Amino acid sequence: MKQEWPLFEVFIRGQHGLSHRHVGSLHATDAEHAIQNARDVYTRRKEGISIWVVPAAEITASSPDDKGSLYDPADDKVYRHPTFFDIPDDVGAM
Amino acid sequence: MSVIGLIRMGDNALVLGQRLSEWCGHAPALEEDIALANIALDLIGQTQLWLGLAAMRDGSGQTADTLAYTRDAWDFRNLLLVEQPNRDFGVTMMRQFLFDSWHFEALSALTTHADTDISAIAQKSLKEVTYHRERSTDTVIALGDGTDESRVRMQSALDRLWPYMGEMFTQDADDLTDMTLLRTAFDAHVMPALDTATLTPPDSTFAHQGGKNGTRHSEHLGHMLAVMQSLPRSYPDATW
Repeated sequence: MKQEWPLFEVFIRGQHGLSHRHVGSLHATDAEHAIQNARDVYTRRKEGISIWVVPAAEITASSPDDKGSLYDPADDKVYRHPTFFDIPDDVGAM
Repeated sequence: MSVIGLIRMGDNALVLGQRLSEWCGHAPALEEDIALANIALDLIGQTQLWLGLAAMRDGSGQTADTLAYTRDAWDFRNLLLVEQPNRDFGVTMMRQFLFDSWHFEALSALTTHADTDISAIAQKSLKEVTYHRERSTDTVIALGDGTDESRVRMQSALDRLWPYMGEMFTQDADDLTDMTLLRTAFDAHVMPALDTATLTPPDSTFAHQGGKNGTRHSEHLGHMLAVMQSLPRSYPDATW
């Protein structure tokens, strides 16, 4: 096929209460077609109860080249983790 | 009740399921390949239910497998439509659209059948077939109202398969429900979809017959069964 269908990213919610998770991508002619294809490709084994599809071209992604300025400044700020707080025993597992 | 009506439902699903599985690895897009294989597997699953019930009711020691794998073409009771070869993707999807549209109405009628084994199979199958029909309808519309070439192919597929439509609405005492009553609802789904697809139904009511009563299957069925049955016929005791 010379003309590829547009690429869609697929998000599936596994069960009530959980959030949608990215499961992969597929090609489809439009969004409705993408939902049908996602049903066939990604929910064959009862993986989900809700499907989102998003045109891959509509996703704005961070650039790997920016990882220094985006993530490194957090390296020496361990106090942002809540590990410095004493957890009362009554709280139990967190 | 004769088991022929059960065998008809099972053979339709079996023969079309086998036909669709011939696309496995060959469909025009990966996603379509998986979708066709899924639908084929749905149909084979339905076959096990219908032929399994037929074998049980028949009581002569048959099983769903022996019915599927040891009968010859003249013992099959499927519609002529479903044994037609795949040819191109357009013919395959048009055949699917016409069959799904009939299948949906037939199963809907059978969900209220007095025999609870029959109504249970119909209720389970209808969920799958509702999706089959949605998918094939969308595909026929997309390809009919698509490019110049896809439109020509879909119109040619419709012209080719039209004479195989009438047999679906013929009726005899073996049928599980009155098939003639399904036509109105069938037309109410099919005709607007063809119109949206910019396709023109042929101006003919001629209908090939002889599939569901086994008197005149097309030459294609024997070739298909030869492939489908070769392993169990060559190795009758083969197991997984």
